[in-house]
Amino acid sequence: MGQETFVVAYDDDTSDTAVLDCAIARASKAGAKLVIIHVLEWSQYSFLSNEELAERHKRRTEELSRAESHVITPALERAKAAGVEATGIVKHGSVADLVVKAAAAEKAEFIFVGRSGSGEARARIFGSVPLAIAQIATVPTVIVP
Amino acid sequence: MRLLLTLFLLALAHPAAAQGIDETINNIFADYTGWYVGLIFANLPGTNFSWIALWLVVGAVVFTVYFGAIQFSGFMHSIRLVKGDYSDPNDAGEVSHFQALATALSGTVGLGNIAGVAVAVGIGGPGATFWMVVAGLFGMATKFTECSLGVKYRNEYPDGSVSGGPMYYMTKGFQERGLPGGKLFAIVFSVFTILGALGGGNMFQANQAHAQLSGVLGGYPGWITGVILAGVVFIVIVGGIRSIARVTEKVVPFMGIFYVLVSLAILFKNYDEIFWAFGQIFEGAFTGLGVAGGFTGALIQGFRRAAFSNEAGIGSAAIAHSAVRTKEPVTEGYVALLEPFIDTVVICTMTALVIVITGVLNQDPETGLYIWNAEAGRIATDAGVQGVELTSAAYAASFSWFPPLLAISVVLFAFSTMLSWSYYGMKATTYLFGEGKVQEFTFKTIFCLFIVIGSAASLGPVIDFSDAMLFSMAIVNIIALYLLMPIVKRELTSYQRRLRSGEIKKYE
Repeated sequence: MGQETFVVAYDDDTSDTAVLDCAIARASKAGAKLVIIHVLEWSQYSFLSNEELAERHKRRTEELSRAESHVITPALERAKAAGVEATGIVKHGSVADLVVKAAAAEKAEFIFVGRSGSGEARARIFGSVPLAIAQIATVPTVIVP
Repeated sequence: MRLLLTLFLLALAHPAAAQGIDETINNIFADYTGWYVGLIFANLPGTNFSWIALWLVVGAVVFTVYFGAIQFSGFMHSIRLVKGDYSDPNDAGEVSHFQALATALSGTVGLGNIAGVAVAVGIGGPGATFWMVVAGLFGMATKFTECSLGVKYRNEYPDGSVSGGPMYYMTKGFQERGLPGGKLFAIVFSVFTILGALGGGNMFQANQAHAQLSGVLGGYPGWITGVILAGVVFIVIVGGIRSIARVTEKVVPFMGIFYVLVSLAILFKNYDEIFWAFGQIFEGAFTGLGVAGGFTGALIQGFRRAAFSNEAGIGSAAIAHSAVRTKEPVTEGYVALLEPFIDTVVICTMTALVIVITGVLNQDPETGLYIWNAEAGRIATDAGVQGVELTSAAYAASFSWFPPLLAISVVLFAFSTMLSWSYYGMKATTYLFGEGKVQEFTFKTIFCLFIVIGSAASLGPVIDFSDAMLFSMAIVNIIALYLLMPIVKRELTSYQRRLRSGEIKKYE
């Protein structure tokens, strides 16, 4: 059997690294590689003012580079320090959808997702990201408290 | 600018003097601009049909024929584009077709759909609805043309931001075709855009918003509405507090949808009369059903209202649509053609149907003809109401709780239209005077001052003049569209060929 792949859904709350630490620990034991995906919540149906339309491309570029430098790079360094092979992805869209799609594209064995944020009122009403992933995932999913 | 401020402060300080100042401004404007207003709104000899409305309608028919009735043959494709079926998933986070359409719509859906339609049906009878829809359907081709060009010739700056609109296709497009005068066209268009933004896109809106508010709350001085509106607009466009804009502009689409739903509810409530109402509309379209001018009376009112409501041909939409992320400019043309459809064919028709079906227009039970109030020059109504009050009365006939909601909608529609036009005016300003914070700030400040003036005073001639500017934009813009339409045709032919061959395909 070849090297396993774990997809880690990683949000930008860098103080909460439980999901990343757990995934690194598991990957290290299994000799698996990690695909760390950070999704910037975005809908093609959201409303923008004229000024925001004109600046959207510029903003998107900025968002991507910020996510790359502040979220993905530190995460990759953490994995590297633990001796785990890892790559990073940054995307715009719906978190649950893109994480599950990435898992399919990478032929991943597991998805790791943090439980953070599920206690908020918003999550109670609209459902939280980990629950949404759990519902549509096509591979086993680990929800890290 | 300073003079304006002084005048304005004087007006606030002395209500009596304000009257005098209003009159002075009116007179100065009437003296110097009256001839121009007269020229723009002049009727064709022997009719009461202004040539400018004919100009817009003829343009729309020419584009419809030239592009092979793209608004019908391409309608389903437009819907698929808006849904994002053809958008590259890797472009997620860029401006989508839907977003460009929604933003452009928030600038056009507004007072025209509520008050304007009531005026048209009040004067032209139910038949005006038919001609309004016909003109709206043709106008879709005009939007297709101008918005395709808007995307094709927009400026993309090194920092990634974009600027687009008629001034850019006039300069770059004319150059590409080897035509002279592009720069001159663009300058004239920009001047008209700035004046149109201050007038039709600002003072008229502020004025009507105040009229609605004082109708519901009881009469109070206009400058109060003006100062509040100007303050809110100022913190949005100068202070960059976009959350307010986002809240309003999120509410506006819901208002639009809610308005359509309430209209549908009224139609269902009177379901047994729907066929009758459509009968009235068709019969009125060809006989007039008693309105002055008969068949032509209905036709003129309908054409006018459609042309003035959906802004097809004015060029403003090309500015809003130009920011979309697409490799194919004509895709935004396809999407933009939905704008007159939603604005005129759907929303305006709803207003008209409700007015007809609720029977607020007085009809002679014997002959079935509408009773003409010759003195007022319109169909007689209960309590003699007209304009937005007629719409209000029609909706109140079914749902008595609706008028206050309608008043809120009118104010919000006016607000979002003002935000859009402040942007269009600012783009024209930066085109003329260069991109820069100083130019932007100057225009935005003047814009806010005009909100106060617009709601405080009843400056008839000033508003007439600004409306004339709006339609002057259409004169310059449509000439440019005629000259540049072969470029759009080339793009469209190539796009359709690649679509058929499967080179351009849907993403899953």
